Amino acid sequence: MNDEAAVVARGLTVVRGGRTVLRDVCFEVSAAQVTGLLGPSGSGKTTLMRSVVGVQLGVSGEVGVLGRPAGSPDLRDAIGYVTQAPSVYSDLTVAENLHFFARVLGVTDAEVERCVDAVDIGDHRHDLVSRLSGGEQSRVSLAVALLGQPQLLVLDEPTVGLDPVLRRDLWAIFHRLAGEGVTVLVSSHVMDEAARCDRLLLLRDGVLIADDTPAALLARTGSADVEGVFLALVEGQQR
Amino acid sequence: MSARTTLAVAARVLRQLRHDPRTCVLLLAVPSLILTLLWWMFRDQDLGFTRLGPPLLALIPFIVMFLVTSVTMLRERSTGTLERLLAMPTGKADLLGGYAVAFGAVAAVQSTATVVLCVWGLGLSVSGPVWMLVVVAVADAVLGTALGLYVSAFARTEFQAVQFMPALVIPQILLCGLFVPRDELPTVLGWISDVLPLSYAVDAMSGVTTSGSGSPWGVDSSVWGDLVVVVAFTVVALVLGAATLRRRTA
Repeated sequence: MNDEAAVVARGLTVVRGGRTVLRDVCFEVSAAQVTGLLGPSGSGKTTLMRSVVGVQLGVSGEVGVLGRPAGSPDLRDAIGYVTQAPSVYSDLTVAENLHFFARVLGVTDAEVERCVDAVDIGDHRHDLVSRLSGGEQSRVSLAVALLGQPQLLVLDEPTVGLDPVLRRDLWAIFHRLAGEGVTVLVSSHVMDEAARCDRLLLLRDGVLIADDTPAALLARTGSADVEGVFLALVEGQQR
Repeated sequence: MSARTTLAVAARVLRQLRHDPRTCVLLLAVPSLILTLLWWMFRDQDLGFTRLGPPLLALIPFIVMFLVTSVTMLRERSTGTLERLLAMPTGKADLLGGYAVAFGAVAAVQSTATVVLCVWGLGLSVSGPVWMLVVVAVADAVLGTALGLYVSAFARTEFQAVQFMPALVIPQILLCGLFVPRDELPTVLGWISDVLPLSYAVDAMSGVTTSGSGSPWGVDSSVWGDLVVVVAFTVVALVLGAATLRRRTA
């Protein structure tokens, strides 16, 4: 196993309700980098992320996370996972949400302050989550995932539906975290977000069609953008 | 088991309630209003309130906590917070224990208000100790919570969760001795009544109001026996509930 890899998957196959959602997927996620998982809606991104977090049933093949099999109990406080659902209590304030999850994880109040600042939600500290915008709610969810300084962050479409300024700010946060040594695996179905990643995994119909840096993919396919890379790879596959 | 997590979950559930003042008022006021209505209905008849008051004192916390818990837990599943908690180092027992502690505490406040009203306002005759009525009510409420946690696993929507109330609770109300004394039920229904937890909850409550002064603490041993059965059902429902919490899902 590569020392640099935070996640290693070999022959990852997931069958859900008789349908093969992921087929023989092999990839590595480098430590302290932002890896983008891109693919259209329904390509298996969420299932792949759930397999890494260890909450997916019907998984065969090997998935190693931080040197242990995915889903090991001692990984539970090493991974921060943000699903597409809000996953915070809308009838509590921002601060109450964070303090609750902090107590569950056994981390200090100072850590709550750090995470509030990290996603810049301090102005809304005492607001009910239900009164926040969708973008603010997803930042609260991200703040919860940052509690306890997990080594691996798995973020399922955290920027969906956000305005461009917020999206830029969130990507800046991801890169700052990676700079601090956190491994970030982030999914998106918006191809132009790919350019913001250190490395890309392209997924289509449960099959991994690329695993490379954005620059190398553009060079290899002679495309101007990642949308073009995707098309070139899909057409190449079909030929 | 971690006391820290259990108490964190309990405090969080209570904090959510505090942000919902209308629910708090309903939880506190409705049981008292229902018992006042019952007292009024039977004002001109002997013993009606004395016979029906205690079963209602047992029924109300059970029904209310069953409903509140199953809806709260379903919400926890559908908003993704349950999945998040299970991906964290949260023990399943801590989560369920937290719910039981929180709704047990709510039931203690609710039942104290109702019992005070019944005994000192409406003149319910209680030969056993009055505090024991609150103890039994809290046990009944925690039983309701435990069953609510368990059945919420089988509901996909809030509509379904609410339908479990008539499906699972109304038969227990019919067979608990409220309408026909349990020993006068047809044989088969008597057997069914014997294996339903609410029967014991109601027997315990009625038993407190007729307990003799010769018993230890003024509580008949049959009341303790009924209470043990209620607690046993609660533990079984919590264990079954824990089994429905899966860290890995399809």
